[in-house]
Amino acid sequence: MRRAESLLLRIAVYGAVGLTLAVLGLLMLEILRQGLPRLSWDLFAWSYSSENQSMLPALVNTLTMTVLALAMAVPVGVLSAVYMVEYAHRGNRFVRVIRAFTETLAAIPSVVYGLFGLLLFVGRLHWGYSLLSGALTLAIMILPVIMRTSEEALQAVPDAWREGGFGLGAGKLRTVFRIVLPPALPGIFSGILLSAGRIIGETTALIYTAGTVAQIAGLRQSGRTLSVHIFALWNEGLAQGEAYATAAVLLVLTLGLPALSARLSRRSGHGGGKRR
Amino acid sequence: MSQFRIQNLNLYYGSFQALKGVNLDIPERRATAFIGPSGCGKSTLLKTLNRMTDLVEDCRVEGKVLFDGKNILSRLTDVNTLRRRVGMVFQKPNPFPMSIYENIAFGPRTHGVRKKEELDELVERSLTEAALWGEVKDRLRKSALGLSGGQQQRLCIARALAVQPEVLLMDEPTSALDPISTARIEELVLGLKREYTVVMVTHHMQQAKRVSDRTVFFLLGEVVEAGDTERLFSSPQDARTGDYINGRFG
Ligand SMILES: Nc1ncnc2c1ncn2[C@@H]1O[C@H](COP(=O)(O)OP(=O)(O)O)[C@@H](O)[C@H]1O
Ligand SMILES: [Mg+2]
Repeated sequence: MRRAESLLLRIAVYGAVGLTLAVLGLLMLEILRQGLPRLSWDLFAWSYSSENQSMLPALVNTLTMTVLALAMAVPVGVLSAVYMVEYAHRGNRFVRVIRAFTETLAAIPSVVYGLFGLLLFVGRLHWGYSLLSGALTLAIMILPVIMRTSEEALQAVPDAWREGGFGLGAGKLRTVFRIVLPPALPGIFSGILLSAGRIIGETTALIYTAGTVAQIAGLRQSGRTLSVHIFALWNEGLAQGEAYATAAVLLVLTLGLPALSARLSRRSGHGGGKRR
Repeated sequence: MSQFRIQNLNLYYGSFQALKGVNLDIPERRATAFIGPSGCGKSTLLKTLNRMTDLVEDCRVEGKVLFDGKNILSRLTDVNTLRRRVGMVFQKPNPFPMSIYENIAFGPRTHGVRKKEELDELVERSLTEAALWGEVKDRLRKSALGLSGGQQQRLCIARALAVQPEVLLMDEPTSALDPISTARIEELVLGLKREYTVVMVTHHMQQAKRVSDRTVFFLLGEVVEAGDTERLFSSPQDARTGDYINGRFG
């Protein structure tokens, strides 16, 4: 009986893993199979036209959008986490409210963020459809993720190290930033990369806030990112092959992120003998 | 000369009173051992001496602790300066996740030492004082977490010495170590007490006998008896001290 049970369990576990890998593999293979043959230099022309269907402006916008949104959300998110873990008193009511609030924020669908951005940034503040409106909307969207992961990373740092710092007469600030923060960085980075993934993959919230113009956009101009570009190409129905090719590029780009993250955490994790 | 004079000290964790009317002098450049059953307040009193008790949120202290004639419990005390002068070594070795060199240099840097030659010299001197220099001089840039438990504890002692304190507080510094590492630390303390005031919590009575000049026996938050180590162990004046050192409880 025992043996049969464990065999069954084993089959279930391997089955689940196999299924996951198969689905993932199929998905990637299909996109690459459809997309790679359609890649051409035209797709990387400096500006977009309905002849070349270039994804280059969208690629540039994706990078700008990612950098902008992260630049806004990371400092706020990480510093809030530092406050909540290191400075606030245990059981602080305010902190508990913020925590509950961020958890709720994390569960809100992105279309709601999009509408919020549309009403506030595009409309009320008259920024129009622009990278700025989009980036700020996405920054709000990823803030809970950054806060949560940073908080967890800080909480994982043993108190013994904090005591060691205080015991040497290093004040709160020095102890937090020189002793506690460095070992928490790999965890914080992984939250940032997760957020970058969400930014790169976002469409709905951006259509309402950054718009869909296929140009290399400045802060106050409308510009589509790669995901929005794919969505637009597919919807127009005239260049679905190019949509696949773009998706293949996006896929490669996003697959690069976890690899990068693994690399970073290997470099700075586990004792970090090299850190200054 | 007394390094610390503790007067009518009461300490509360919330509504629980952990120290009750403690009066105690701790002599300069001697080793003082705190003994007593666990939970009797030894660590608490030790942490009061460098205000590490501040880190406990609902901790309240009454009375006086005079250090250098000044009451360190006063709100005017600069705790960072106090903790530079009164260093601490913890029960479990807690080297920072940095290189051996950086571990030692952290304290001096905190207190304003910037010059590389000066730091290099402090690092070598502290590691030598902690009897660790020979073992690590070729791997100063390697992570401190790669050292053995005993080496880590000596590193923590060196780290505390690097800021040139006057007092070294040690809370059961050998309880996480093997007998050989323990012996090395005890030997080290015997040397250190010539230069520094050492206050050491221990649950080993043999250890107190071996390293300390004075012993303080605690019970349920009170100091039952304090005196010269030899005298306290050979002819305890309080019956409870006798019971404890003869292993009748705790
Ligand atoms: N942070 C704290 N909060 C509440 N009670 C504490 C705290 N630290 C210690 N105590 C209590 O105070 C008493 C003395 O503790 P401690 O000084 O650690 O004893 P010892 O070091 O002699 O074993 C114990 O009853 C312990 O439970
Ligand atoms: Mg203790």
